[in-house]
Amino acid sequence: MNWELFASSFWPIVLGGLKGTIPLALVSFAIGLVLALGVALLRLSKNPLLAWLGRAYVSVIRGTPLLVQLFVIFYGLPSLGVTIDPWPSAVVAFSLNVGGYAAEVIRAAILSVPQGQWEAAYTVGMSRTRALRRIVLPQAARVSVPPLSNTFISLVKDTSLASLILVAEAFRQAQVIASATFDYMLLYLEAALVYWLFCTVLSFAQTRLERRLERYV
Amino acid sequence: MSDTLLTARGIRKAFGDHEVLRGVDLDVRRGQVVALIGPSGSGKTTMLRSLNGLETPSAGTLEVSGGPALDFSRPVTQRERHALRDRSAMVFQQHNLFPHMTVLQNVMEGPVQVRRVPRAQAQQRALELLDRVGLADKRDAYPRQLSGGQQQRVGIVRALALSPDLLLFDEPTSALDPELVGEVLTVMKELAEEGWTMVVVTHELSFARAVADEVLFLDGGVVLERGAPAQIFSAPREERTRQFLHRLLNPLD
Ligand SMILES: Nc1ncnc2c1ncn2[C@@H]1O[C@H](COP(=O)(O)OP(=O)(O)OP(=O)(O)O)[C@@H](O)[C@H]1O
Ligand SMILES: [Mg+2]
Repeated sequence: MNWELFASSFWPIVLGGLKGTIPLALVSFAIGLVLALGVALLRLSKNPLLAWLGRAYVSVIRGTPLLVQLFVIFYGLPSLGVTIDPWPSAVVAFSLNVGGYAAEVIRAAILSVPQGQWEAAYTVGMSRTRALRRIVLPQAARVSVPPLSNTFISLVKDTSLASLILVAEAFRQAQVIASATFDYMLLYLEAALVYWLFCTVLSFAQTRLERRLERYV
Repeated sequence: MSDTLLTARGIRKAFGDHEVLRGVDLDVRRGQVVALIGPSGSGKTTMLRSLNGLETPSAGTLEVSGGPALDFSRPVTQRERHALRDRSAMVFQQHNLFPHMTVLQNVMEGPVQVRRVPRAQAQQRALELLDRVGLADKRDAYPRQLSGGQQQRVGIVRALALSPDLLLFDEPTSALDPELVGEVLTVMKELAEEGWTMVVVTHELSFARAVADEVLFLDGGVVLERGAPAQIFSAPREERTRQFLHRLLNPLD
């Protein structure tokens, strides 16, 4: 084991994580959640066409590999005259992906709010939209924190796929160093360790967040 | 006292093939308390919910003074539904308080968010109403921190805060432990004495006898019998009413 190489490459990989992986995951997750809320509402719509649209979206996203989605956007779209840089391409692909998975979480959370809450909201005079915003979504948000945290942790790991379109993130850093030193085993294990550290910290934060929410629900 | 507040005629409601209401008439005068009694499944809840627009009847007419005159043989618009809803407030069997809001927020939500009452004014009124049901000190508690009886009293205050013309109650005590029923019925009795107009679905016969001005016995989606409580409870005309009251008073028979 080349400890010197391990030590000298550790910070570059961690920095790749802090400057590449985490911002990519955060931005994609934020955009993905907004999209997911929209898709969840489509799925819950009484209009059959809108409901079908939502279902179709979720089905396509969940039924195709994330890597293929990423390649369609980065390598496929240019042939239609749409060329997007690596980083924004990755954001688009991951946001669309989160949009599909989180939509199902949010939909289930909205459905888990008892019908009586909608009715109570209506009888204090609220419209459907206001009842959703003021009464149902705050309750659904609490229910969806644990599953959405899992979605986020998966996303952090999935962003390593962006290395394939040359986005500078943690795994890309490891690859660059590995191809210069030929110590693939060491660097890829080191990359795994860095992801594991990140995910452990995130799981810890998730547990704390869930405990805090429990006190209010 | 003959000032009519609500007039419903020929209210019908079917869920699929199942005709739950088969032509119900209801008149409520201002200040009157009407009790709806009847066996399970007779349509009491469905009738009450129709008065508040939570259920849309398939036929019949409904007019609440100050609101729209609704004819259910044609489609009801969203605007009409809102106008109908504005006239009344509902107290549910399972209180349905908003669990993510404090007691005070629960009470202020309707006035502030929907009726656009200034916050300070809404808060003052909410505190007055909470004080009246003995819950002023619970203003910052969350619903799950309250007993069932306290939750239901907050439910009543939430309804009162909307200053409705008509209060609707759907078995407000039937989900409560027996020792908590009294505190809720006491509040309702006081409201009746203050002159609130109320339609109450209830199995509490002693309450109906003491407080109601008129009792309707619903059976199979029709009003089988209506009259003053003394008449209905002491000298029911219909055999079905007699059987129902007998079963309620002698559950072991
Ligand atoms: N949304 C619905 N869809 C289908 N059937 C319904 C619906 N709501 C009520 N019903 C049916 O309508 C009938 C009357 O119900 P309702 O709740 O009005 O009776 P109730 O007199 O209030 O009974 P209870 O004393 O048990 O509360 C019941 O048979 C019930 O199953
Ligand atoms: Mg009922």
